[in-house]
Amino acid sequence: MAKFTGMKINPKRFHRSQLKFFAVLLPMAAFVALPILFIFNHAFKPLNELFAYPPRFFVRQPTLRNFRDLVELAAQSGVPFSRYLFNSLVVTSIGVTLAILFTSLAAYGLSKLKFRGKKFLFEINTLALMFVPIAVMIPRYITIARLGLIDSYLGLALPLIAIPVGLFLVKQFIDQTPDELIESAKIDGASEMQIFLRIIVPITAPAIATVGILAFQLIWNDVIGPNLYIDDESMKTLPFFFQTVAQGAIPGQQHHNPVAGQGVLAAASLIMFVPNIIMFIWLQNKVMNTMAHSGIK
Amino acid sequence: MTRRMNHPAWFLMPYVLLFVVFIIVPVAIAFGLSFTYFNTVETPEWVGLRNYIELLTRDEVFMQHVLPNTIKFAFIVGPVGYFMSFLLAWMLAQIPHLPRTVFAIILYSPSMTAGIAMAVVWTVLFSGDHAGYLNAMLLNWGFISEPIQFLISPDHLMNIMIVVALWASMGVGFLAMLAGILNIDQSLYEAAYIDGMRNRWQEIFYITIPSMKPQMLFGAVMAVVGTFQVGMIGVQLSGANPTPQYAGQLLVNHIEDFGFIRYLMGYASAVSVVLLIIIYSISKVTFNLLGEKE
Repeated sequence: MAKFTGMKINPKRFHRSQLKFFAVLLPMAAFVALPILFIFNHAFKPLNELFAYPPRFFVRQPTLRNFRDLVELAAQSGVPFSRYLFNSLVVTSIGVTLAILFTSLAAYGLSKLKFRGKKFLFEINTLALMFVPIAVMIPRYITIARLGLIDSYLGLALPLIAIPVGLFLVKQFIDQTPDELIESAKIDGASEMQIFLRIIVPITAPAIATVGILAFQLIWNDVIGPNLYIDDESMKTLPFFFQTVAQGAIPGQQHHNPVAGQGVLAAASLIMFVPNIIMFIWLQNKVMNTMAHSGIK
Repeated sequence: MTRRMNHPAWFLMPYVLLFVVFIIVPVAIAFGLSFTYFNTVETPEWVGLRNYIELLTRDEVFMQHVLPNTIKFAFIVGPVGYFMSFLLAWMLAQIPHLPRTVFAIILYSPSMTAGIAMAVVWTVLFSGDHAGYLNAMLLNWGFISEPIQFLISPDHLMNIMIVVALWASMGVGFLAMLAGILNIDQSLYEAAYIDGMRNRWQEIFYITIPSMKPQMLFGAVMAVVGTFQVGMIGVQLSGANPTPQYAGQLLVNHIEDFGFIRYLMGYASAVSVVLLIIIYSISKVTFNLLGEKE
């Protein structure tokens, strides 16, 4: 038999034949990484390097000045930076916790319990995978106003908790758990909730972590919520503050030079981005594990 | 306490409640409001199909700019992003674990950046004066003699939006496709070659894609959604709604323009309904297209 020369999935070690893939992947990755590297460098540039012409990509004498300026700008806007940060942390923790809890509960129900309308519910949810929240920002605003959730942390968190993609992924994942496992626990007298907590949750940890990441990204980065559902400045979150900085809308900020503003904005971008990337790197094994079951049949 | 929790309602109620209140109800309200005149202060007034008729016959901005822009943007970013995701996933699956993980994280990372936060990078890179990185480079190499106003020029804004959207198009769908390829049974390929398969193209079309069809479909839906999700991009880049000469105006910006700048919420709702219908139809068509390749 001739030597197999076709597709080799997940090779154990490097081989010359993989060079062609590296030849494409390296420049692609470089192109994608460049703007992100740029943010990292820009955020730490002192004023004279921000102004330098021709512009330089890499920072030479890193400084934390931009971060300090960012905090100062917040003070000028009347709300301390720590308040924005606190709001963001509160909203994100409420949101992620409830998203994880509600999604995995519902996924178990859809996957293993029997009730009327189950198929319909799953189909509606699959349909809602195509839901784009910004398309209905107006009715969402009206709903939130009617519920009296304007100017509250819940008004920011609740709309982002039901994530159809999240439910879909966890449900597909739980589908893989053998029914025998659940049946034997029932024979031992366990209730559905006990089965869920003791058997399903540990097994489904990768999918739950994935929902956590998705929810975190959605809520931590959300700029529509604080813009539309919050009037009280002291209840707004970091993305909103960064947006006002980006628009140069803070009183007194106009005197700041726009180029100097870039450094501050880069620092702001970094604050938004770094928690996301750390979480993803930390949990990427679990995410990939979940994605293996993500197919729509 | 958990001993007696057997009823499905314990599991489904919380999610379904939020799902209905924040997804189903808003869609229903959008539908209802789209038949009214509503300026957010007075009670909505029933106007029948007037909003839709105006949208289709009188709204020149919609017909001449918003709709063509949205179609152009979606038909380039969606398919190209999807194709790139598949191709990159396919290549990543064929290199060892460590470099694969590093590349996958890098390629996925733009999906984690908030639009507003990243806008700064692009505004600096494409800045219209000679201090913009791209302008500085082009000037330096002698391609141009005057800096180009990339972000406020109607000629360039759309192209830049497409590049930025493609840059961020390796999202959840990309991860799903990568996982899908990695899960294909290696022996399928070996058997196919014994049976006379000759090249990489045959491999991709007869084994790779059919074996990961569920992930391909999931990736397709995510590509459609992702494309429409980044709709705010033009406003973020140019810093204005409407965008300069409506060059980067997409449906989402039109909704915001009418809903929250002019407070014509009934009209904006009609645009929302049109957007939802477009997204749904595109997903449906994509589904049928991919689903038939059995």
